[in-house]
Amino acid sequence: MGDMIRRYGPGLTLLVCLLTAFWLVMLVIVPNMTLLESSFRPYLPVTEIGGPRDVYTFTNYLKVFNGDIELSPFGFTFHLPVHVLTFSLTLFYSVVVTLICFALAYPLSYFMAKILSPRSLPTMFLLLFVPLWVSEVLRAFAWWMILALKGPLSWLLMQLHLIDHEVRWIVGYNGVMIGLVYTYVLFMIFPVYNAISSLDSNQIEAAEDLGAPWWRIHLRIVLPHAKPGIASGAVMVFMLSAGSLLVPSILGSTTSQWFTQTVQQWMLDALDWNTAAAYAFLLLMMCTLFVSLVMKIFRVKLSDIAN
Amino acid sequence: MHKIRQTLARVYAAAFILYMLLPLVIMSAAAFNNTDKIPAIVPWKGVTTKWFAALWADDRMWHAFQNTILVAIAVSVIAVIVGTAAAILINSVSGNLRAALYGTMISTILIPGAVIGISTMIMWTKIGNALDSEFILFNPGLHLSVLGQVSYIAAIVMLLVLARLQSFDQGLEEAALDLGATHAQVMRRILLPHLYPAIGAGAAVSFFQSIENFNVTQFTRGGADTLTIYVFSKVRSGISPTINALAFLLIIVTLAMAILYEIKRRRNASVEAAREAEARRAAVLEEAII
Repeated sequence: MGDMIRRYGPGLTLLVCLLTAFWLVMLVIVPNMTLLESSFRPYLPVTEIGGPRDVYTFTNYLKVFNGDIELSPFGFTFHLPVHVLTFSLTLFYSVVVTLICFALAYPLSYFMAKILSPRSLPTMFLLLFVPLWVSEVLRAFAWWMILALKGPLSWLLMQLHLIDHEVRWIVGYNGVMIGLVYTYVLFMIFPVYNAISSLDSNQIEAAEDLGAPWWRIHLRIVLPHAKPGIASGAVMVFMLSAGSLLVPSILGSTTSQWFTQTVQQWMLDALDWNTAAAYAFLLLMMCTLFVSLVMKIFRVKLSDIAN
Repeated sequence: MHKIRQTLARVYAAAFILYMLLPLVIMSAAAFNNTDKIPAIVPWKGVTTKWFAALWADDRMWHAFQNTILVAIAVSVIAVIVGTAAAILINSVSGNLRAALYGTMISTILIPGAVIGISTMIMWTKIGNALDSEFILFNPGLHLSVLGQVSYIAAIVMLLVLARLQSFDQGLEEAALDLGATHAQVMRRILLPHLYPAIGAGAAVSFFQSIENFNVTQFTRGGADTLTIYVFSKVRSGISPTINALAFLLIIVTLAMAILYEIKRRRNASVEAAREAEARRAAVLEEAII
């Protein structure tokens, strides 16, 4: 800090500090503290705010346990609060999306890093960057068209005589999963590619020369080396999926509900900002716990993920 | 065996590219289909440009477009200033303070957009209520979307600028100070010019991130539209192939910019190669003379 004052003088140093403080304090820390504080307050008419009923309570969080629905998977019947179900399904399907993205991205990343000639690499990147730059809402809309009842997918399969009548593809969480994988798989490819391309190809050749089968080379050499990249990709894909509102809203069916949609209903339909804050906080907790878990499993630091 | 695996990998890569691009092609093609109301590619009823005309005549779209550009400009200006300042600060502190600052800044990228939107909205309205003020800043609207978006986009700028700062030679600043430059001159003539490439990249990334943003905007916008919100609400109710026309135009713009970027990169690469060749020739010549 002293060094900074010597270089840029007290005035500019103060300006730099103030700008950073504006960002971290006014745009990050205080809003999140306010969010946490409001989540413990009841939803009251304006006249009663600050009145005797305006006390801290857990009511907003307990709303998660309201409204049981009956479930009977595999013949077992049990009751579960509907928001707990939404929360668990969002968590579950986000993890599944992350796994699918990894399965799709790993072979491609390896191909780009180790097989493709460096001369064609820029073209490959260009082809991958185009869908990345096209906005998320349009990518979800493209799949909305493809999966429509009378859409091109049904049409193609009927022309090929694989199906004999139009199929409703958007059932349950199908549409949401397809959309999320398509939208976010690129966020897995780039970090994994970066990690694999820093691996010395001699190591792979040495393993080949010593007679290791291809799967063991991947298991013992490439995957361990790519660990930070995989962790970073997994965190990005999971956060984006769990936090996505567009894709579940556009590609959701009548029986699919994403937790962000529940948050949105509290905020924009019920206009109960305090409960929305509580639910948003739960979403934040889910994401934070997932990131910590991934960081623990893969033994990486936050700074590795950001790269 | 080795060959078969390589071929398989190539086939897979080609299939993947197809998987990435085909949905965009289908969506764009539907913009030209002469259907009645619902966007579709099958059955094909002939080529038309009427949906582009309909898009051109849509006032709500133009309004949303204007809003999007204004928000994106505001976000990139603020995010670039704040992000650059943060990178300079991070670069000149060390130890626990650096770790804490860096951690806080990075974590903003990982906060879900819905949380950023709701927290921004609640805080500014609360301040408004506490001050008993009707000032526009404290009401829902796109200005809150700008602040919400800046809160994580600034982190992206910070990362880009910080990476560029690693290659900065602080000796240059020392030299300038010794030669009698003022502090402002050191910043403006020495440090910032070195950072310009990163600042430019940061501005471009911020602009695109802002245009794409949905979650933060959805919770803070009040009643205003941006393009993303406009497309979203059209898809949910009142879909028509005008959206495909818009999608087609946006994809063309993206493609054009990607190709321009690629051409520029190739030109730079060939200039570099020419320089290297010249250097080699010079070296050979030198050797020959000696």
